[in-house]
Amino acid sequence: MSLIIPLDQIKEEDKEGVGGKAFSLALLSQTGMNVPEALCVKSEAYLQFITCAGLRERILLEINRKNFKEMRWEEIWDASLRIRNLFLHTPVPQEIGLELQSPIAEKFRDKAVVVRSSAPGEDSSQASFAGLHESYVNIRGVEAILEHLRLVWASLWSDAALLYRQELGLEIEKSTMAVLIQEIVNGERSGVAFGKNPNDASQAVIEAVYGLNSGLVDGTVEPDRWILDRQTRKVLSHSPAHREKWVRPSQEGTHLEPLTPDLSGKPPLNDDEIREIFNHVLKSEKHFGAPQDVEWTFRKERLFILQSRPITTISSGSSEDKRPWYLSLRRSFENLKVLRKKIEEELIPAMVEEAERLSHQNCATLSDIQLADEITRRMDIHGRWVAIYWSDFIPFAHGMRLFGQFYNDTVKPEDPYEFMVLLESGKLKSLERNQKLEEMAAMVRKDPSLALSLEKFKTIEDKAFKRKLDEFIQQFGDLSCSVGEQTQCLQGPEGIIKILLKMAAHPPAKKKRRSFHLEDLTSRFLSRFQGKDKHLASELLDLGRASYRLRDDDNIYLGRIEREVVVAIEEGRRRIEKRCQITVEGADPAEVVKALKDSDYIPKRQPSTEPIKLSSELKARQILGQPAGPGIGRGKARVILSPSDIFAFESGEILVCDAIEPNMTFVVPLSSGIVERRGGMLIHGAIIAREYGLPCVTGVPEATSLIQTGDLVTVDGYLGIVIIG
Amino acid sequence: MRAIQMEKTSQLKKFLKDLFSSQRLAVLATQNRRQPYGNLVAFMATDDLKHLLFATTRATRKFANISKNPKVAMVFDNRSNQESDFHQAVAVTATGVVKEVEGPEKECLQKLYLAKHPYLKEFVSSPTCALLKVEVETYFVVNRFQNVVELHIKNESHHSP
Repeated sequence: MSLIIPLDQIKEEDKEGVGGKAFSLALLSQTGMNVPEALCVKSEAYLQFITCAGLRERILLEINRKNFKEMRWEEIWDASLRIRNLFLHTPVPQEIGLELQSPIAEKFRDKAVVVRSSAPGEDSSQASFAGLHESYVNIRGVEAILEHLRLVWASLWSDAALLYRQELGLEIEKSTMAVLIQEIVNGERSGVAFGKNPNDASQAVIEAVYGLNSGLVDGTVEPDRWILDRQTRKVLSHSPAHREKWVRPSQEGTHLEPLTPDLSGKPPLNDDEIREIFNHVLKSEKHFGAPQDVEWTFRKERLFILQSRPITTISSGSSEDKRPWYLSLRRSFENLKVLRKKIEEELIPAMVEEAERLSHQNCATLSDIQLADEITRRMDIHGRWVAIYWSDFIPFAHGMRLFGQFYNDTVKPEDPYEFMVLLESGKLKSLERNQKLEEMAAMVRKDPSLALSLEKFKTIEDKAFKRKLDEFIQQFGDLSCSVGEQTQCLQGPEGIIKILLKMAAHPPAKKKRRSFHLEDLTSRFLSRFQGKDKHLASELLDLGRASYRLRDDDNIYLGRIEREVVVAIEEGRRRIEKRCQITVEGADPAEVVKALKDSDYIPKRQPSTEPIKLSSELKARQILGQPAGPGIGRGKARVILSPSDIFAFESGEILVCDAIEPNMTFVVPLSSGIVERRGGMLIHGAIIAREYGLPCVTGVPEATSLIQTGDLVTVDGYLGIVIIG
Repeated sequence: MRAIQMEKTSQLKKFLKDLFSSQRLAVLATQNRRQPYGNLVAFMATDDLKHLLFATTRATRKFANISKNPKVAMVFDNRSNQESDFHQAVAVTATGVVKEVEGPEKECLQKLYLAKHPYLKEFVSSPTCALLKVEVETYFVVNRFQNVVELHIKNESHHSP
């Protein structure tokens, strides 16, 4: 069976092997529409590739590393990245390559092409999932085409495809993918058309931009939009866009440019062209028997149909379905640049100011009613910042991923996380905090009388030390407040003092020894590029670094606001305890507010959550997670179940937690390794571990219940396993 | 293939080679003081049948056992979990001494090992993973339910029971 077929030779019996996209384009071309010239690499080529190159079992091992249902989106992204790297590093075996090379060379020579997926089932009328698989634009030459062929194949296992694997019928054993290699039609105006408006069945929608379609599809270029009546074919309305930018082809891909003034004042389509597109859409609908979602472009006044597929929307069903939100986190470079400006110039300064303002309000001087209102007000403020954290800070984390993908595509390292080394800066807020702690610990270490007075909780007489401690608390809080859903706080500096005494009892934690200079590494990376590409590489690196820093810093900033909420709640709790002579530790803040407003009300206590106890017969010996920080560490486990557990941390222990909260990072330099339930290579805990060069395993299901404080634990950060005993 | 006559050493060796290349996993037996312990491991046999390779991370029980007592046994078979196994299946036990592969030899043996198990690349490449080599002293080959021969691979002669 041949592995590659020209579009115009595709017949009904080839449908299965060429995938939906190629098959419908072949049909359109056969009805006389202009479609770009194309070759289709059949799905059989994919199967032969993964079998001959020995990838099948490696993919399966990766996918089955963990129960899929327990995988967080970030872990799915990681799995997908590792699979992508396998494809990137595995050349097409000669016998397959030989069969593909000559038809590709013959058809396209040095012409630029698009390499895009045509997965069987991808665009069927039951399921149409745009953008789950990758396309690569402006690829030139046989070698580059074959490389991108592998990347498109790899996208069968993209994070998005894995998220929708059930709907896609993605069967790990059987799934396969055909690939289209298409001539590029560099249109001057492009867009999409929906034969039927999803919001009104009597209408159709056409959207158009100047330049290439990719700007419209990824949301960076706003389109002009026309609503048409399906029956009369007349335009019902036109919503013009702010036409500012367009995507143009460049030597190595595409780039975004400001739109020329003559074009920005004029809609991309005239009435005749709108009608022409709509007629094609209806013709295509007639042909396929269902309303179509059509991508089109005009090149030199000639209309080309780039793609036509049935309209279906991913029906998320309930708001419980977080997947569309996860996918929305895959932001474009342009989008992230705008987001960065907003975060650095507006949000962070406003957050710091907010925390500052709150800290000046003394809760002790308020009446009970005033305090109740103040608690509510602070909780609202905090709620607003948490919402911003999710809507702006979390999506900005994609900056690291974007740089990572660029690095992997251009440098092609063996280790798909090599790029992380370039992001490590040593300038994180929590590192700054830990440095200040170490300075105080050094003072205690040198001065036995200071240590003694701290141990006995006497008044601190050492003025320099006292000043440092006060400054520290002013800047970072007293470390005892937990961020997250719990609102518990030890009062005063006892917590810090405990930690300082522990730190002082040991020599200072060794700093990570870097085997390289970051500057050398950076210049070596940038020296791979020339001209415009160098500029792009440097911009992406800068964005990646900002994103990496924020992953830690945002927690510290949010923590400061959270602390002010907790301070107010604690004041309320203290008053209620005094009044009612009961302990209300852990009472819900709403209960505290209620009791402050109504002096007869006695707040309900929150039921405490007991950790899951395992049977004595069943014991975990080796648990599989994700390798998030290379190295091997062995020590006694310290399992953090409640915020105060952190103060019992002893030097050399292994930190085992659900997730590293900002108030925990100060023990990280004391630890021999980190085990975290929350998974991912780019999460906060993994970043902190890397900065200290500590072995770290994340994504360990039930870490805090399978491991108990005192268990002897080995953390294998190379392979992502934790051995107990 | 299964119930072959095994009179000749060369035939036996050919059989062992075929068995080893058709099977990916074998049972490894180690011991901790007087407590035996068994594991499934992904193995590879060298062409001269003198060595059996497998890999493990150093924090495992089997590695701890081997470090204290390098004498091990391995079991290979071609059973299909059918009644016919009783007359058809062949089981091979190898005994010998295990040691960690290090130095220049490692690169070469690791390559051979990965040629058989390409999906274990990340595992074997980890600094925490050890590649181990069993120097085989004797193969005990059981077929036709009760027929047993020994192949003393170190001095290359074989005895029938």
